[in-house]
Amino acid sequence: MSIDEGTAARVAKLARIQVAPERLPALAEEFSAILGFIEQLNEVDVDGVEPMVSVTPMRLKRREDVVTDGGQQKAVLANAPDAREGFFAVPKVVE
Amino acid sequence: MLDLTYESPKPKLISGATGEWELVIGMEVHAQVSTKAKLFSGASTQFGAEPNSNVSFIDAGMPGMLPVINEGCVAQAVRTGLGLKAAINLHSAFDRKNYFYPDLPQGYQISQLYHPIVGEGEVLVELGDGKARLVRIERIHLEQDAGKSIHDMDPSLSFVDLNRTGVALMEIISRPDIRGPEEAAAYVLKLRQIMRYLGTCDGNMQNGNLRADVNVSVCRPGDYERYMESQDFSHLGTRCEIKNMNSMRFIQQAIEYEARRQIALLEDGKSVTQETRLFDAEKGETRSMRSKEEAHDYRYFPDPDLLPLEIEQAWVDDIEASLPELPDAKKARFIADYGLSDYDASVLTAEHESAAYFEEVAAASDGKLAANWVLNELFGRLKRDGDKAITESPMTPAQLGGIIGLIVKGDISGKIAKDLFEIVYTEGGDPSVIVEERGMRQVTDTGAIEAAVDEVIAANPAQVEKARANPKLAGWFVGQVMKATGGKANPKAVNEIVSAKLGL
Repeated sequence: MSIDEGTAARVAKLARIQVAPERLPALAEEFSAILGFIEQLNEVDVDGVEPMVSVTPMRLKRREDVVTDGGQQKAVLANAPDAREGFFAVPKVVE
Repeated sequence: MLDLTYESPKPKLISGATGEWELVIGMEVHAQVSTKAKLFSGASTQFGAEPNSNVSFIDAGMPGMLPVINEGCVAQAVRTGLGLKAAINLHSAFDRKNYFYPDLPQGYQISQLYHPIVGEGEVLVELGDGKARLVRIERIHLEQDAGKSIHDMDPSLSFVDLNRTGVALMEIISRPDIRGPEEAAAYVLKLRQIMRYLGTCDGNMQNGNLRADVNVSVCRPGDYERYMESQDFSHLGTRCEIKNMNSMRFIQQAIEYEARRQIALLEDGKSVTQETRLFDAEKGETRSMRSKEEAHDYRYFPDPDLLPLEIEQAWVDDIEASLPELPDAKKARFIADYGLSDYDASVLTAEHESAAYFEEVAAASDGKLAANWVLNELFGRLKRDGDKAITESPMTPAQLGGIIGLIVKGDISGKIAKDLFEIVYTEGGDPSVIVEERGMRQVTDTGAIEAAVDEVIAANPAQVEKARANPKLAGWFVGQVMKATGGKANPKAVNEIVSAKLGL
């Protein structure tokens, strides 16, 4: 399956990554190469094989329902380009 | 369990220019899971905290942070599933739903698209008059809530608070079995009631604890039956999804408006476009959320940070064993055991706290009287007292049971009981002690009543003449005797003695 420039542009837009138009052909080609590799993997017959989700047999780690985190407003806001009165301040987004 | 029998109601019909239309509604209810900590982080879920204070670096989407699931949230989802008689999936898994919004710092919501934790269930939605709709639940999955954006604090900025980011939500998805605006509201209320019984969601709609997306379509009479027979959606109309409503009134208004909008389009020879719409409460109309359209490609994929969630049947069984009596069963039992009407039983079981209060009162006295006093006197008094909840009642069930017990024993009359109720409500104390101390005991001593009757008869010879001519006037004497005894005389005894003395 080959990816055209339009699809590459759409994927970039959905990922909010700006791609200059002249770079789209190369990007499309890269995507196509990745999908080509996946297609190759698809040739392996895995009928009746349980999907392997972990290299070692592991159980999903769980926590107890206890509050152990938070209370760090300053740290949370430290990297924000703009923060006011304890909130992140962002350009207006309203429907 | 005792089962009550109900009849399915007719769907709501809307008359258009070209004939009648029916509504078909499916709902996605987002219920905030009641736990102390969030779904994948150890930050608190407390509502109303300082902005961005209940936020861990996981919630803030900091690089390198890994989610660890809160077992309490999983247990609550399982509990909810069991309460809705649903299948519990011992194997479920988490996926990423990718989109960008300022209140979603991760850039994706962790959800369960492909393998939800709860499968098919059902909810009986009572609609009064012996009617009820059985609504099928398709699935319930666990997912993260987003943060909150505030748009009115600055003219050019939106303010973002991440306290809600990462709080666990249960998304409860129904089949399109709801057939009218009132049914939709009743369905949400019933889910809320069940979850409050289970303690899995507080159901506080004002705080956004419970929000609903409503899918509405219209069809011609007969189409829905064809869909039910074949489960083929092509018999139904194109649906629109109205997003994020947190009031029963808005849900009903939005459905009503949306149905009429779709009918107008169809009767005009146009077609309905499948889309997401917003309800504008001020204008009372729905409008297209165009910006959502192109972002609708969520590019779901399994979350590589999380292994599948495997739970054990024994653990599920333990949760099942701890379920409380649920509303339907409790209501049926109240009707059977206490002889209550369907309506009274519904009101008393609406909240499990009221039901528990009533049962304590009934245990101390009599079922039917207890229901009357809780429903009429106590609920009314609490309402006048700043709309207090039953849990805030200054009167304990033992006190109310005590008052009713005194009526049953014949120690006080119904009228005195109301005075006593007010005294106990405002001052507290043991009802039987108050009755003794303040001389409120009903006079059943016929000698004393006879003396009072004699006195009234002697003082009012003219009235005696009239009453002999017209026995209906005897009531006047009863009233006078009750007055003379401060309402403490047993009304039945007074009646008998007055009739006898007047020779009626």
